[in-house]
This record gives sequence, structure tokens and C-alpha cells, in this order.
Amino acid sequence: MHIDSIKNGVVIDHIKAGKSMEIYYHLELDKLDCTVAIIKNVHSKKMGSKDIIKIDSDMQVDLDVLGYIDSDITVNIIKDGVLCEKKKLTLPEQIKDVIKCKNPRCITTTEQDLPHVFKLTDPATKTYRCIYCEAKAK
Amino acid sequence: MRSLIDILSLSLDEIDELIAVAEDIIANPVKYRDKCRYKKLATLFFEPSTRTRLSFEAAMYELGGQVLGFSEANSSSAAKGESVADTARTVSCYADIIAMRHPKEGAPLVASMASSVPIINAGDGGHNHPTQTLTDLLTIKREKGRLDNMTVGFCGDLKFGRTVHSLIEALSRYTGIEFVLISPEELTLPGYLKKGILSHDGMKYTETTNLEEVMPKLDILYMTRVQRERFFNEEDYLRLKDSYILTPEKLQNAKPDLAILHPLPRVNEIHTSVDSDPRACYFRQVLNGKFIRMALILKLLEVE
Repeated sequence: MHIDSIKNGVVIDHIKAGKSMEIYYHLELDKLDCTVAIIKNVHSKKMGSKDIIKIDSDMQVDLDVLGYIDSDITVNIIKDGVLCEKKKLTLPEQIKDVIKCKNPRCITTTEQDLPHVFKLTDPATKTYRCIYCEAKAK
Repeated sequence: MRSLIDILSLSLDEIDELIAVAEDIIANPVKYRDKCRYKKLATLFFEPSTRTRLSFEAAMYELGGQVLGFSEANSSSAAKGESVADTARTVSCYADIIAMRHPKEGAPLVASMASSVPIINAGDGGHNHPTQTLTDLLTIKREKGRLDNMTVGFCGDLKFGRTVHSLIEALSRYTGIEFVLISPEELTLPGYLKKGILSHDGMKYTETTNLEEVMPKLDILYMTRVQRERFFNEEDYLRLKDSYILTPEKLQNAKPDLAILHPLPRVNEIHTSVDSDPRACYFRQVLNGKFIRMALILKLLEVE
């Protein structure tokens, strides 16, 4: 299968197979006008199989969102057809409006317009907790 | 301007300072009776409470201040759909400090983000209740003369009991504390507290379902009520509500200087015949609650 290489844009690589659509919606790529290629189940020596997303636009990718979903993902920035930057992801200290608090007793269930904010409380177990009710992110 | 949302936001030095001020208020009440003259406390209670609200109000009156507010959500603009943030923003135009109780967890934090005056969390659902914890700490300090090196038993609902969670978090910062957790299997302390605090800090703790067996080793016995309002299922509540009832017989093997605490209100988990035992501290604890709230109001209003 042939997919054109991009001239100026972003390649999100090493996505766990099957996770690309989740990332597509979290990054709101459905709202872009440019070409976006989602390549699923690509053979990978390191991962067995992986997904890749190619975005034909030099947009700012929300690295915190990607870091939260999977910090093993790599983000390659392409300029003039050349790889100019490879970004390594880390677990973000805080994420805002990426996931929603599931605790029915949390204030976010009734307070409209309140951002859903989670803080990293245990990097070893990748545990995030709601800043309002401290419920664990699920 | 600072608010008190979570007991852990106070350092040990700040807690010691609050306890010292509270003890000074107890010793010299006259010195404090005009400290908050012309200051106003707003008590915003979105769910019913007798003790905490009256304690805050009594505390402010004894400091010479004034009180305004509401005691249920129906008599506030929340009934019209106003947000917590807007209520806090509005009330901070009328009062110098706000004490808020709300059934939703995190509501006082939201209020503190919007308010221009200090917010005191007076209980948010099953989450935090820092002034109860300060009350408990002052009571332990006054009864035992210290806050370290003792065995503290918690009995009853350790799953939903927010006072238990906060006091464990607070006491785990002192040295030589050993916890004994006594509860039915369905109401044990949540895993995140056991894993996050008790295991992490290398604290000593044991879990049991048998109160009598551990009674002789306890310096403090913290009894709790199984709270109907924390259950989604009435059947579970009815099955568990009478799990532990403290009677004079059960206290036969207890230490002579045991201190029995309870955040109140009790239903039947401490038999009234225990009330006359000098080791029963729970009504002295209520009084301590007023004094520590006076100390807290002074601190947050930065009144010398």
C-alpha cells in the first residue's frame, strides 16, 4: 500500500495498534481540512504491530494528551520533506478536558463549564486523580 | 488570601500553631472576644448539619463577629440553578470569610477558585472535612498531651467515613503512630489510603473485624457512625449499621487512660451508658471544635 510522504507536517508514530482512532478524536483531527492518514496495524520490529497517523499540516500537537494516552508514542515534525525534530513524550503533570471524572459525587457532574482537570499523583503506576474529588481516572 | 480545603494543605507547624492558639483561647477567652469585631462569616450549608454550622457560628460570635448564611440548598439560589462558583463570588462581596458545606466532592475547592475571601471547607460529601480533623487533633492533644507515639483505633465505617480518612492522613505525619482498623469487611479503609499513605510511609497498621480483641492496646478509640446518606443501597445500610456498638462491657479490658472520640452525631454505636465514663471524650470534642474553628478563623483572617 502506498501513502504519500508529507512535506510539512507531523507523523505520530509507535501508537499501540488499535489506539489511533482514540488519538484522532482526542486531538480533534476530524476538524482539520488537511490530509490526515491513519495507518493501522503496520508491521513493527519493536512492537509487533503499531498504528501511525500522518498529518499534512504543521499544526501544534497537544503533547500532554498524547503523553497521557501513551508516553511511548513518538512525534516526528517534518519540514520541507525532512525529519527536523523527534519529540519524546513524558507523562504530563496535569491534563485538562481530556477525560471526564466518573465519580457521581464529584462537583464536575453538576457544575457546568467546569474544566475536568486531573493531576498525576503516582508516575510509577501512571495514576491520575481528579483535582476536585481526588477520584482515580478510569 | 488562603483557604482551607484539605487538611494536608496545612503544615505540621501550622497545625501546631492552630492548636496552640485554640489552647490559648480556652485559657484566656476574654482576650479574644473582640478580635473579629466588624467581621462577617458566611455559612453556606448546601446540606443539613447541626454541629458544624452551629460550631462555626458560635466561634464567630465568640470572636465578636457577625454571621450570615443559609442552612439548606433549598433556601439558597442553588435551588434556582446558580453555580457554586457564582454563589461564592457573590457571597464574597458580603462576607470576610466563608464556611461551606456541600454534598458534591470538590465544591469548596471550586468556591475557593472563584471567591475573593477565604473559604473553609466544612465538609464536601464523603471527601474532606478538615475542621473536624483539626477538632480531633486538638482533642487528642488535650486528652493525651501529645500527638505522637500512640496506638489509634478506628472503628465502624472506614470506607465512607471522611473524618477517618482525614484523621489518618493527618496523624500519619507524626512519628510513632500505629493504626488499628476495625470494621466489617464491606466497610474497610479504601485501598488507595492503605497503599498511598499507610504502606508508603512505612506506617504500622493492622486490620481486624474484632473490637474486643484489640481494645487493650488502644490509646485512642475513634468510633464512627455507619452513615445512611453515603449508601446508594438501603439494604446494605440496614445490614451493616449495627456492626459495632460500644458498651461498658466492651471497655472492661481497655486502658484506664483510653480516649474515646466520635465525630457525632451518633445513632447507637456508642451506648449512652458509656457517656458517664471519664474516658468518653466526644462531648469535650464538640467543645474543642468551637475553639479550633475560632483559631482557624483568626488565622485565615490574619487577625493577630
